[in-house]
Amino acid sequence: MKRLTKYTSLTAALAAAGLLTATPVLAQKALTIVSWGGAYTKSQLEAYHKPYTAKTGIKINSADYNGGLAEVRAQVEAGNVTWDAVDLELSDVVLGCDEGLLETIDPAILPPAPDGTPAAKDFVSGALHECAVGTIVWSTVYAYDTTKYPGKKPATMADFFNTKAFPGKRGMRKGPKPNLEFALIGDGVPVDKVYETLSTPEGVDRAFAALDRIKDEVIWWEAGAQPPQMLADGEVAMTTAYNGRLFNAIFTEKKPFEIVWDGQVWDLDLWGIPRGSKNLKQTLDFVKFSTDTQRLADQAKWISYGPVRKSSLPLVASDMQPHMPTYTENFKNALQNNFEWWADHQDEMNERFAAWLAK
Amino acid sequence: MAEITADQTVITTADGVPLKTRLAQAERRKKIAAFALVLPLLAFILITFIVPILDMTFRSVDNPVVAATLPRTLAALETWETGKIPDEPIFAILAEEMVAGAKARTIGKVATRLNYEIPGSRSTITKTARKLKRIKQGPYKEAFLKIDKRWGDPDLWARLKQIGSPYTLSYYLAAVDMRYDAEGSIVSQPEDRQIYVPLFWRTLWVSMLITVLCLVLAYPIAYLMATLPTGISNLLMIMVLLPFWTSLLVRTTSWIVLLQTEGVLNDIAVWTGLIGDENRLQMIYNMTGTVIAMVHILLPFMVLPLFSVMKTISPSYVRAARSLGATPPRAFWTVYFPQSVPGIGAGSLLVFILAIGYYITPALVGGRTGQLISNFIAFHMQKSLNWGLAAALGGILLLGVLALYWLYNRLVGIDNMKLG
Repeated sequence: MKRLTKYTSLTAALAAAGLLTATPVLAQKALTIVSWGGAYTKSQLEAYHKPYTAKTGIKINSADYNGGLAEVRAQVEAGNVTWDAVDLELSDVVLGCDEGLLETIDPAILPPAPDGTPAAKDFVSGALHECAVGTIVWSTVYAYDTTKYPGKKPATMADFFNTKAFPGKRGMRKGPKPNLEFALIGDGVPVDKVYETLSTPEGVDRAFAALDRIKDEVIWWEAGAQPPQMLADGEVAMTTAYNGRLFNAIFTEKKPFEIVWDGQVWDLDLWGIPRGSKNLKQTLDFVKFSTDTQRLADQAKWISYGPVRKSSLPLVASDMQPHMPTYTENFKNALQNNFEWWADHQDEMNERFAAWLAK
Repeated sequence: MAEITADQTVITTADGVPLKTRLAQAERRKKIAAFALVLPLLAFILITFIVPILDMTFRSVDNPVVAATLPRTLAALETWETGKIPDEPIFAILAEEMVAGAKARTIGKVATRLNYEIPGSRSTITKTARKLKRIKQGPYKEAFLKIDKRWGDPDLWARLKQIGSPYTLSYYLAAVDMRYDAEGSIVSQPEDRQIYVPLFWRTLWVSMLITVLCLVLAYPIAYLMATLPTGISNLLMIMVLLPFWTSLLVRTTSWIVLLQTEGVLNDIAVWTGLIGDENRLQMIYNMTGTVIAMVHILLPFMVLPLFSVMKTISPSYVRAARSLGATPPRAFWTVYFPQSVPGIGAGSLLVFILAIGYYITPALVGGRTGQLISNFIAFHMQKSLNWGLAAALGGILLLGVLALYWLYNRLVGIDNMKLG
C-alpha cells in the first residue's frame, strides 16, 4: 500500500540512517518512526507523533520507506538498528517474526478501552500479533471512472471481470496478491470459501483461468500512487487500488471515481520493532500511546483507513465513517487477507504469477 | 680471456654500500610511497565494492540455518532409512530441538527455508513448534502426526535432511529454473513456475537491442558535434547533457505522459486522423515502452565517449582520402569509421552493462512484458527476503557480464577502448 517510488524511500532511509549515526547523543531523546510516506505518514504525524512529543518531550524523526523487510533485516543482521518502529504490513510481520527480525510485544502492556475492555478483546482479529500491534485496517478495492459508464454501473466484483458488459481497460497490481482472491470472488466463489478453494490446485487453476479472461485488457501497476493516476489519465476505465489512495483522489482532488466495496480484501498495518532496538523501552511506550482508543480514532480524521480497535469506531467523525473499509455497508462482502496462506504459498504463487504474466 | 670476479664489478656509493642495493632501496621506497597514495582508494573499493560482492555471492551457497537449529535431528537422520516414517527417537529429538528453536526464535527460519523446497510446508513447522510447547512428554510421533499429518510424509523428512547441509546449490538451481527432487537428483521446475531462464535471455536480448539503437542514434549526433563549428556543437552538447542532468524519474514519467494511450502522441495521431479513436496504440507498459525510455536515458552514455573519440580524429585524413579519389561514403567507411571504433567499443560496453542491470525504468513502464531480471533480484531482496536466490541471480548476471567482457576483449581488445 501507499508505496512511494523505490529510490525516494531508499534515499529517505539513507538520510534517516545518516542523521542518526551523525547524532548519537540525540539518539536517546529521539525516536525514528518509519512509515510509507505521503498522506498516510501525515495522518500518523498528526494523530500520534505530535501529541506524543507534546506529552513526553521526546522528539520523533519520521522516515519513509517502501515496504518490505530488506532494510530491517540489514539493520538487524549488522547489529546496528536505527529504526525504532516500523509500520508493517501483516505479511511482513509474519515473515519478520519468523525470521527473528522483530521484538516480541506483550499485548498485556496495551491500555484497555475506555469502558475497561482489555486490549486483547478490543482489537479486531489478527491485529495483535506476537511481534506487532495493529493500527489500521486498509483494503484493496476497485474503482471506476463514472464518466465511462453513463448507463449501468459496475457494482460487484464479478462486474470487474466482465469486460463484455463493462468494456474498457482494467488496472491491477502486478503480483498475485490479492488478484487471485479477486479472481475467485469475481468467478462466483463466496468470500468465506476463497482460501479453501485456493488451497487446492484446481482452485489456483480456476483463479488463473479467471485472470486469463481479462489478461489482454489489464494494465499492471506497482506503486500505490499509480492506479488513481491511471484512472485520471483515462488509461484505464476501472482499477483495483488501496482505498485510502482512492479517497484522496475522490474527495481531495475531486475526481469522478466511484469505489466498489463488494469483494474488498482487507488487511492490517501494524507497528513492529526491529530486534535490537536501542530505545526499546521508549518505543514500546510510543506504541502503547499511539494504539490507544483516542489516538486510533484521531488518525481516521486524516485518512480513510479504519481503526483496529472496536472502541475507536464510535469516536470517528460520522462524515468519515462511510469511507472506512469497516463501515457496515462496505463490509458486507469483505474478505480478510489470510496471511498464513500467503506465508505458505507466496514463493510458489509469485513465480507462477510471473510465469503466467510473461506468457 | 680473463675472468672478472664479482667483487671487482661492484660499484659502491660514498659510504661503502653497493650502489645496486641503494638503488633497490630507493626504488622500494618509491613503490611504498606510490602504494600509500593509492591505499585509500584501494581500501575504499575493497570495503564498498569487493567485500559486499563477495559477501552477497557467499550467501548464494550459504545454508547454515537448518544445520545450526536442528543438528541432533540431522545426525539422527543419518541412519534413517529413506522412504519410511522415522521412529519415535527421531521425533523426540526433533521435538526437543524445535522447542529450543522456538524459544531462540530460529525455527521460523527453518520453516522459511523448507518452504522454498516444499511450498506450503512453512505452517507445518511453525504450527508444530507452537503446539509442541504444551506437550511435555511422548510419544512424540503421535503428537506430531496429530498436529499435522504431513509429518507422515517421508518426502518431508528427506527434504529436511537435504537442506541440512551447510552449503547448497539449490539457490543456483532455482535461478536457472531447476530444483532438487526428494531423492536429491536435479530436475526442471514445473513449467508454470519457470521464469528465470527466459528472463535472462530477455534481459540479454533487450540490452543488446538498446545498445544497437543507442549506437544508431548516437553516432550521427556525435559526428555532428565533433565536426560542426564550436557554437553549434556546444548547443548540441547542451541538448545532450540537459536530459542527462534531469532526474531519471522525471524522464521516465515524461515518457508515460507522452506514450500512454490517452497521451500526447496518441492524441496527435488521432487528431490528424492517422489512427481512429478506438485504435489507440499501446506504446507504454510493455516492451516498447521499456525500450524507448531506456534508449533515451542511456543515450548520453553512448554520445559522450563517441564524441570524445571523434573529436581527436583529424579531418585532414578524410580530406586526404577524398583528394586521392575516394567517394565520400568510401572515405568515411575506410578512413573515418575505423578510427571511431574505440568510441563505439567504449559506448557500447557502457550502455550494455548499464542496461543489463537496469530496474527502475522497467519497473515503472515495463508492464506485463517489459520486466527484466533486475526487477526480480530487487523483488527477492526487498519483498520475499530470499537473499540466497537474489544472490544467485545476481551471481549469474555478474558471471554473464564478465563472460561478455572477456568475449569483447578477445574480439575488439580492451586496449582499443577509449572513454575520453
